[in-house]
Amino acid sequence: MSKYYLNYLDELESEAIFVLREVWAQFQNPVILFSGGKDSIVVTHLARKAFYPSKIPFALMHVDTGHNFPETIKFRDDLIDSLGVQLIVGSVQESIDQGRVAEEKGKNATRNALQITTLLDAIESNRVDCAIGGGRRDEEKARAKERFFSHRDDFGQWDPKNQRPELWNLFNGQQFEGEHFRVFPISNWTEMDVWNYIKRENIQIPSLYFAHEREVVWRSNSWIPNSEFLKLDEGEEVVTKKIRFRTLGDITITGGIESDADTVEKIAQEVSAMRQTERGNRSDDKRSETAMEDRKKQGYF
Amino acid sequence: MVDNNQLLRFTTAGSVDDGKSTLIGRLLYDSKSIFEDQLEAIETTSKKKGHEGVDLALFTDGLRDEREQGITIDVAYRYFTTPKRKFIIADTPGHIQYTRNMVTGASTANAAIILVDARHGVIEQTKRHAFIASLLQIPHVIVCINKMDLVDYSEEAYNEVISQFEEFSSKLLVKDIRFIPISALLGDNVVNRSKNMDWYQGAPLLHTLETMHISSDINKVDARFPVQTVLRPQSDEFRDYRGYAGRMASGVLRKGDEITVMPSGFTSKIKSIDIFSGEVEEAFAPMSVSITLEDDIDISRGDMIVRSNNKPEAQQDIEVMLCWLNNSPAKPRAKYTIKHTSNEQKAMIKEVLYKIDINTLNRSSDDTDMAMNDISKVRIRTTKPLMVDPYRENRTTGSIILIDDATNETVAAGMVV
Ligand SMILES: Nc1nc2c(ncn2[C@@H]2O[C@H](COP(=O)(O)OP(=O)(O)OP(=O)(O)O)[C@@H](O)[C@H]2O)c(=O)[nH]1
Ligand SMILES: [Mg+2]
Repeated sequence: MSKYYLNYLDELESEAIFVLREVWAQFQNPVILFSGGKDSIVVTHLARKAFYPSKIPFALMHVDTGHNFPETIKFRDDLIDSLGVQLIVGSVQESIDQGRVAEEKGKNATRNALQITTLLDAIESNRVDCAIGGGRRDEEKARAKERFFSHRDDFGQWDPKNQRPELWNLFNGQQFEGEHFRVFPISNWTEMDVWNYIKRENIQIPSLYFAHEREVVWRSNSWIPNSEFLKLDEGEEVVTKKIRFRTLGDITITGGIESDADTVEKIAQEVSAMRQTERGNRSDDKRSETAMEDRKKQGYF
Repeated sequence: MVDNNQLLRFTTAGSVDDGKSTLIGRLLYDSKSIFEDQLEAIETTSKKKGHEGVDLALFTDGLRDEREQGITIDVAYRYFTTPKRKFIIADTPGHIQYTRNMVTGASTANAAIILVDARHGVIEQTKRHAFIASLLQIPHVIVCINKMDLVDYSEEAYNEVISQFEEFSSKLLVKDIRFIPISALLGDNVVNRSKNMDWYQGAPLLHTLETMHISSDINKVDARFPVQTVLRPQSDEFRDYRGYAGRMASGVLRKGDEITVMPSGFTSKIKSIDIFSGEVEEAFAPMSVSITLEDDIDISRGDMIVRSNNKPEAQQDIEVMLCWLNNSPAKPRAKYTIKHTSNEQKAMIKEVLYKIDINTLNRSSDDTDMAMNDISKVRIRTTKPLMVDPYRENRTTGSIILIDDATNETVAAGMVV
């Protein structure tokens, strides 16, 4: 192999760092959308690298549904402390209390869709002109269509049929007052790449990703964690299983898989043999064929 | 991770319905890169739409409108790995209305797969895409003559398309062109060798993609470092640190190199090349690094650090091949924002030298309007100099885009001649 050539992880890392620096140079008030999941953790790690030896020059924004894994919140707060950056929290509970949104009703009610309003309100009230996300194109078919620099109109909406051309690495972040951008530095990473990178960089991730004993309920083909928000249906029963999570979202909708993988090495190995996509366990994506596209058009992550 | 750690980016091209998305679906399916839940979802949708088997194009045509209309509208990116290589695929639309999305997907590709329907042969849209691929200097082109199942796998039909394509491509600057007869629908010569075309001696598509030589595609000669931003940490430990952050566009820079900062012309020496984990001896494309210099000179975003004995040209009058990408045509003498590496200036299209007729590749200097999808050679005047190289020598420092400040849209893409 020739000497002046990067292996693929270095190439993906370099691309992401380039994108993060473009964000800093082109926008007035960018934030990282931080969910506590592995992708936003990797983006935060990349931001550290992009601006080193300076601190990460922007805030982290968390949209808190109130339906969290306690582990995620602790992890978030520890990370904020160690990085010395500002945390902005948009609270779905507050949006509900203020009457901005109404809680869904019925058996499959979640706060997933309510996040959109909270997110857009937080973007507006903090005058954010660019929200950096950990979205990856390999996650989902609508995300596969996303640009690195993805424009949102002044209602926060995505127009997938009318995206700006994006050539080479020349990113156009120009916008009018009230509009904003979503930027996805790890667009080109796969789930496998993320795990290989976490392993290589020795990045800390919440314990939820590792196999652990937990009380769960079998529902729509995955193990939903028991929590104060869970209402048992007839015939459902709480059992204790050794599970781990492939993605982290709301505690009410994130299904776990049975697993013994308790180290990053074992997880990477397990993921490489998986026959289901990581979002296969997310009931939010299963609501309809174009569930993700429809939410994204309204302003979802 | 030892031998398949090289990344190949490729794009599809060709006219509407020639089978691009089906081919990508087939490639993913036969190389076992499809997950069970994805397959189930697509089986369900195919059944709902009344298809006999699974519609492989649905793996990439993920938008609601695409599925309703059965066409690709915007680029879909897909990823897969074989024991030999990692791939990033951009599946682009064939419809002329969405040419700008095809250009988007093609601009970063190392290889283009151009599909031609064996029944229809080379048509205008095939030519347009082949021409765009050559303008973008995509180093490798694979022409897949598709739907061979519909022409009885006939060698004559295959040869006929080849001669049509070669007649056109002889006028293009493409170094590496190969031809493969395939059926995307049935899988002939995609991953597995076809049993229906004994007369074809070459390799199937996947093998071709896996073995293509790509490490010489990057310019390793001309050191170009566009400065993205300046790092000035406010900490005690790094009180005097002033790092120029950016990504190497091409070539190599080493600690101790004599450099010139353009356009100011100030010279200095490289004191250190830093990344998060520490200092490195050298930086090469496409590494993202931070560079410090021996002298305190005024450098900011948009400047370029180059080796003193190999400089690009600082130009204010630039000749480019311009692809117009917007519904509203170019306004003569209107001002646009021009972006070139990290540099951003105002620019005006001073003169349209000629427009290209896609069918004949003839140049016309009578009709100089620039509407959507037109490709013309123009002269652009910028308010301040840009440090450009010819695009054929450097894809990064030879490319520009134009933005209309009235709409903020990217309206054109240009390659420096
Ligand atoms: N018989 C036959 N049909 C094919 C073959 N490849 C594609 N098709 C059919 O051709 C039609 C168009 O295929 P697509 O893959 O959507 O074409 P496309 O090039 O992606 O079209 P756009 O993206 O809209 O430009 C579909 O009905 C396919 O099933 C083939 O090898 N043989
Ligand atoms: Mg298609």
